This record gives sequence, C-alpha cells and structure tokens, in this order.
Amino acid sequence: MIIRPLAWQRIVWVALAAMTLFTLVVLFFIIGFIASKGAHVMTPEFLFGMPERMGKEGGILPTIIATIYITLLAIAIATPIGVGSAVYLTEYTRESPVTSIIRFGADALSGVPSIIFGLFGFILFVIRLRMGWSILAGGLSLAFMILPTIIRTSEEAIRAVPYNLREVSYSLGGAKSQTIVRVVLPNALPGILTGVILGMGRSVAETAVVIFTAGSSLLIPKSLFDPARTMAVHFYILAREGLSMERAYGTALLLIVAILLINVVAYSLMFRLTRKMR
Amino acid sequence: MAAKISVRNLAVAVNKRLILTGVDLDLEENTIVSVIGPAHSGKTTLLRVINRLIEAQRELLRSGEVLLDGREVRRLDIDVLRRRVGLIFATPVPLPGTIFDNIAYGPRLQRRHHHHQLHDIVESSLRAAFLWDEVKDRLSTSALRLSGGQQQRLCIARTIAVDPEVIMMDEPTSGLDPISTAQIENAMRELKRRFTWILVTNNVKQAARVSDRVAFFLSGELVEMGDAALIFTKPKDKRTDDYVSGRIG
Repeated sequence: MIIRPLAWQRIVWVALAAMTLFTLVVLFFIIGFIASKGAHVMTPEFLFGMPERMGKEGGILPTIIATIYITLLAIAIATPIGVGSAVYLTEYTRESPVTSIIRFGADALSGVPSIIFGLFGFILFVIRLRMGWSILAGGLSLAFMILPTIIRTSEEAIRAVPYNLREVSYSLGGAKSQTIVRVVLPNALPGILTGVILGMGRSVAETAVVIFTAGSSLLIPKSLFDPARTMAVHFYILAREGLSMERAYGTALLLIVAILLINVVAYSLMFRLTRKMR
Repeated sequence: MAAKISVRNLAVAVNKRLILTGVDLDLEENTIVSVIGPAHSGKTTLLRVINRLIEAQRELLRSGEVLLDGREVRRLDIDVLRRRVGLIFATPVPLPGTIFDNIAYGPRLQRRHHHHQLHDIVESSLRAAFLWDEVKDRLSTSALRLSGGQQQRLCIARTIAVDPEVIMMDEPTSGLDPISTAQIENAMRELKRRFTWILVTNNVKQAARVSDRVAFFLSGELVEMGDAALIFTKPKDKRTDDYVSGRIG
C-alpha cells in the first residue's frame, strides 16, 4: 500500500503527539495520585510538628530540617569543587589522555548506583573517620554523588562560552584569572546553575546514601555531628514498615513540592541575574 | 622619527606551517598604516604576533624581533603590552552586559579608578569613537542591542578606554555598511594624533582612503611597503601593481 506524503505526515504527527501526551499523562497521574492521597495530611501540625510513635502520628519537622541541612551542605561542598575542576579541565589543561581519563571517570561515576556512594560514605566517613551517622557524613557522601554531574555540566557550560569573548578580555589587558572570573564564569552561569539544581534535586530525593551515612534519627539535628532522617528516608521507612501510608504520601507530596520550588526559585534567580546581560 | 613598532626578520610557523617569513617593517608613531593583501597572506597573524594573542596556539615557532618602542614584546609584561597595543576584531564582539560595563571593562581590570573617574573615561572614550551622542541616554542597556556599526564603534571605544598607544584593527569594517564604515574611518583620522593605527584590510579602496603608509603582503611575505600615494600609483613590485589594480586578489 502506498501512503500519500500528506497522510504520512499526519500519521507521524499523531504518533508524536500521542507519545508526548502519554508522558504528560503519566507524570500528572503520579503527581495527582500522590496529591490526592497526601493532601489531607498537609496541615500546619504535620509540617511543623514533631513525629510521634515513630512517625505514625504527629509531624515531620525534623525531617524537613534534616533535608535542608544535608542538601545545603552537599551543594556547598560540591559546587566549588565541581566548578573549580571544570575550570581547570577547560581553561588550564590542553586535551590529553589525562583529561579524557578524568572526563571518563566523571562520566562513569555519575552512572554509579547511589547505594555504592552510600556504602563508600559509610565506610570512609562513618566508620574510618569516626563521624558516626551524621549530617556531616551524609552531606559529604551526597557531595561525592553529585560532584560528577556538576563537573560535567559546568564543563559543558564553560566550553560553550565563545572563545572570542576571552580574546576580547585578553586584548584589553585581562589576565587569565580575571578573564575567567569576569567573562567566562558569568556567561557560563546558567549552565552551571542547571547542574547545581540537578544535584540539589538528586540530594533532596536520595535515600540509599542518606540511610547509610546520616542514619534515621527522628530528633532535630543540632549540629553537623548529629544523626538525622531526611524526608525521602522518612517516606521510605513509613511506607516500608507500614507505619502510616497517608503520612508517607504527605511526605512525598512535600518532597515533590520542594523540588518544584527549588527549580522555580533557581531559574527565576538565574533569569534576574542574566537579564541585564541580554 | 623613531619607529613605534619595528619588525625585524620575523618568521612565524603554526602547526608546522610557515605563515610569515622574512618580514621587516617599521611603523611610525601617529600614522595610519594599512596592511593589505589577499586572504592567507599572514596579515592577521602579524597583528596577533604583535600583541601576543598568537601564543594561545599550540605549536608556535617565532623567530626575529618585534619591537615596541625598541623593546622586544616578548620581554614586556603581557598585560601591559596588551593595554599599550589594542586590537579590534573583524566581527564586533560586545561582552554580554551593558554599554557602560563594556567600556569600563578594561579600566576596571586595573582597579585604580573611582566610580566618577570611570564615568569620565566611559564618556570620553565613547565621544572619541563618535558613539556618545547615540548612546548617552542608554548606557545601562545591553550592548548586544546596538547595531553592527555601533557595536564596532563600541569596541573601538572599549579599546580607547584603556588608553593604548597603538590600535590594531583586523578588517574592522568587513561586515559593515558604507555609512558605518565612513564613521569608523573618520574616527581613525581624527584620532591619529593620539594613536598609531594599524589597519588590516581586504579593501584596497579603504586603504587608499585612510592610510599614510601601506604594506602589501602576499603568501606570508611583505612584498612592498611605502607611502600610500606611491603604492597605489607607482608600485615598485609587479605583484603589488597587480593586486592594487585588481588584476589579482
């Protein structure tokens, strides 16, 4: 059978639209399902209360605080190291077997299952360095986990800054370091921020690494050396132990909202920062 | 008069390919020197050797001397050299940011100026490049919104802002309309008392319009250099004659 080009075009259009629609339906189904199951527990007492009876009742305040602490710590550690490595790889080295090994290593690391990072963090930070289950050990392990992502996205972003901008800076008497700080990094900022946001999202949602390294204490952490339970871990334990499905859904809903908020805030921030450049 | 820039027996090879060979020339202070010649004759390389942007190349061989006020450029502090010898590129490259930030970029690198001084520098540089009247009310808008001709004058103003002694231009008007081109040529003539200009151009007529001296390059060699009037009327070398009269090129 011969299909006329016009009919063929229509068939392709329908197929592609259907695929897109399918993705959206699945996405909204998941969010809608969790929202419908979890929305009714979202009360001020749930958000700002202490958990009771292992989380069966009461709120999730300690897990919210723990999530914020651990994520911020991981980002604070991984961002400077990651961006620094990316600057080194792009601006201070020429392509060589060494740089491709580093790049390959970063790519391989970003594909390693997170539980490996959990185990690594447990052995190195919790046991060897005697940090115990703690915010510090959790933040460090998460930083290791997201580091490859931040390096690679920053590297791509820095590489995408046109070379002639650097030449302009050099030709006006700019030193290499001044050129990087004043021209390269500001122009790579949107891309770098994308990597940081990705890493943030992964940290917020991570369970395996955190269970191994930060523990699952339900107390509010008061220092870097206190153990803690993040929202994702709390959700996992609530569901697995069958403590309270509705509170598990409530936690999950908050997790989704949090990730959404991080994205919205970060991108609007980025927009404000780059607006005057355009 | 002592030469501002002297090149002695310069040869340059990049990636094992000879780009310039046996080049000798003297550029006098406060003149406009045009460097003409077909593509791949080494004109751009000459500029990049003078301000040492060429050193970003991986395999670079350079012999001979390039002197700025009698001192080898490779012995000068590279940042100082580049402030003394500015370079304007063929396509205007505004830095992302406001017009003010673009002009202030060079002075800010030196961290010596107060804000009001900076404002004076920006204004005088824009005036010198004949751009002030067009942009004085929108210094804080993006430089990327300017037209092509305005952007190139912005680049000239940005170079002037670091107060160079020599300004090199690499086919600065190749992408511009006749009016913008005339404005830039005007600026060059007006500012001859302040700077020494080196103009690389493909446009023989432009070289005839603005320059005092002309150097003709072909395949990496300096074929002939002389007063503009002579080069275009009575060139000594047959190849120069062929090029300026349009028989080759």
